[in-house]
Amino acid sequence: MSEYKTINEKKADWEESTLKKVLDRFPEQQEEFVTGSGHPVERLYLPSGISEEEYIKKIGFPGEYPYTRGVQPTMYRGRFWTMRQYAGFGTAEESNQRYKYLLEQGQTGLSIAFDLPTQIGYDSDDSMSEGEVGKVGVAIDSLKDMEILFEGIPLDKVSTSMTINAPAAVLLAMYIAVAEKQGVARDKLRGTIQNDILKEYIARGTYIFPPAPSMRLINNIFEFCSKEVPKWNTISISGYHIREAGSTAVQEIAFTIADGIEYVRNAIGVGLDVDSFAGRLSFFFNAHNDLLEEVAKYRAARRIWARVMKEKFNAKKEKSMMMRFHTQTGGSTLTAQQPDNNIVRVAIQTLSATLGGTQSLHTNSRDEALALPSQESVMIALRTQQIVANESGVISTIDPLAGSYYIEAITDRIASEAWDYIEKIETMGGMVKAIEKGYVQKEIQDSAYRYQRDVEDGNRIVVGVNKFTVEEEPPKGLLKVDPSLRTVQVEKLARVKGERNNVAVTASLKALKKGAESEDENLMPLILDAVKKYATLGEISGILREVFGEFQESIVL
Amino acid sequence: MAKTVRILVAKPGLDGHDRGAKYIARALKDAGYEVIYTGIRQTPESIVVTAIQEDVDFVGLSLLSGAHNELFPKVVELLREKDASDIIVFGGGVIPTEDIPFLKEKGIEAVFTQGTPIKEITDFIEKRLEK
Repeated sequence: MSEYKTINEKKADWEESTLKKVLDRFPEQQEEFVTGSGHPVERLYLPSGISEEEYIKKIGFPGEYPYTRGVQPTMYRGRFWTMRQYAGFGTAEESNQRYKYLLEQGQTGLSIAFDLPTQIGYDSDDSMSEGEVGKVGVAIDSLKDMEILFEGIPLDKVSTSMTINAPAAVLLAMYIAVAEKQGVARDKLRGTIQNDILKEYIARGTYIFPPAPSMRLINNIFEFCSKEVPKWNTISISGYHIREAGSTAVQEIAFTIADGIEYVRNAIGVGLDVDSFAGRLSFFFNAHNDLLEEVAKYRAARRIWARVMKEKFNAKKEKSMMMRFHTQTGGSTLTAQQPDNNIVRVAIQTLSATLGGTQSLHTNSRDEALALPSQESVMIALRTQQIVANESGVISTIDPLAGSYYIEAITDRIASEAWDYIEKIETMGGMVKAIEKGYVQKEIQDSAYRYQRDVEDGNRIVVGVNKFTVEEEPPKGLLKVDPSLRTVQVEKLARVKGERNNVAVTASLKALKKGAESEDENLMPLILDAVKKYATLGEISGILREVFGEFQESIVL
Repeated sequence: MAKTVRILVAKPGLDGHDRGAKYIARALKDAGYEVIYTGIRQTPESIVVTAIQEDVDFVGLSLLSGAHNELFPKVVELLREKDASDIIVFGGGVIPTEDIPFLKEKGIEAVFTQGTPIKEITDFIEKRLEK
């Protein structure tokens, strides 16, 4: 018994003898090691001595509060994550072809990329749309385009995610209208609208209206869907773009959860019962290259959200406390140099997302730092997911990294730092206030600036960019969007306007305007009516712009 | 003392990716220039108005949506129309290599793509000032 030493005593011995001998002769490569987000990492992590009680409280079991280990009791043993490639470009016809191709290749859900005019509520013929039509996604002006987009794709068989925020209500209405034409009832529809305006103000930039009317539209959608489209995920509260803008992993989940708190508080504020809508809230995170830090990030996020919903909002239903999330690999980690290296980065990120328990995943294509991905690149990206799912073995057991001294330590550290941010934002009066002050934007910019400085100074290595560089030929076979596309789209729009019943359109827009002016009317039925009459996205958004006004960015440098 | 060099960093088009533009703005400021940043969603017209009002020497355009072939040349054209062709225009963002000759021909004097060290940009500015 006298020989027995505690781990800490043993560690001190080890540092004095075994470790010191080596360090004296061979110093380590860096004075300090840091995570992808710049947080210091210790040389060695040791058992934390967590008690059984603490384990159950903090880590628990999959499918049970606080969901640290995952939201489903069987996770990928039951079913793989949904492999969902974000796609869309050019016209509805071209995108429809790409979706059919992806479904044939074994993809299990659709994810629609809209062009910027669509995302900001401008028709293709608007002067603001110059140069942007069909560039980063598909151009949708009216229900006609949406009918073409889903032609031959049965909407009761696929789940569809739509990256649409400010005009989310309009695109959701169009989707419901297309389903009706296919004979598919609303309660059969599965999918997600991003509908997360707060992160648009913070990081992504496709806002239209100021916060108050934007929050109203979101509440209208929550309420409408809870009754009419019960399987629809009414929002995808997104940290993805916050991270792309240069935040750390901690900031990504902290600001996302603070956004979530704001949405829930607002919805409760207009009289919605928390358990009537909270189960349909979903999340969206990034996957960067620091595999272990990312895994810990997802685990921490689930734990915090569960606590917020239970303790702050008194949710009763389990579903209301579960953080279900989609992941996309990190666009900003891709390099234009030696683009094939990106395949490897994406594979690592795929592992982090799946070891972290994601519900669905988009893997970026190797050429996305250069252009929209080619079909061949998209195939490699999808195959990367299929290899991880079918060959790597990570799916066989749930939350396989749990219990790693390091993983548990950084899960706790990330959770605690994120919690500090959340409390700070709450003290400021919530996320809308924090955004108006420019606080969140500034925090992210500072992180982005530090990161880029580190790359420039060579303190952070990016392979092919500031080390292991080569002279390269410009890449070939990049996807190019035909610049004449705008003309085609504008002609199509003119035809729709010529063929529709313009008296009915005017009447429906007038009704919408009246509804928008009265503060308590749910606008979803009015938008749905306008959409079915083939009122365009630009016309509907234009009416709402008149009533609601437009958001002005507060610039902080 | 030499006149301070003024640079307008601008985001034409509808693209909200401002990480690069903000980084460049801040890094150029740190390098000693006077920098004005427009914020996102600027039309070529509004960029040109700001450039002239602020009496800048350079305009740096950042765009990641693919609309550069349409919008970058428009800025140069409008500057010429307003007798402000002495303002030097450069650009950056997600710009395929094959588009660069076209942009240069249209009067965008330099195009900096991802991963360009800030030094390359300040070198360009200094060299251009010598002319």
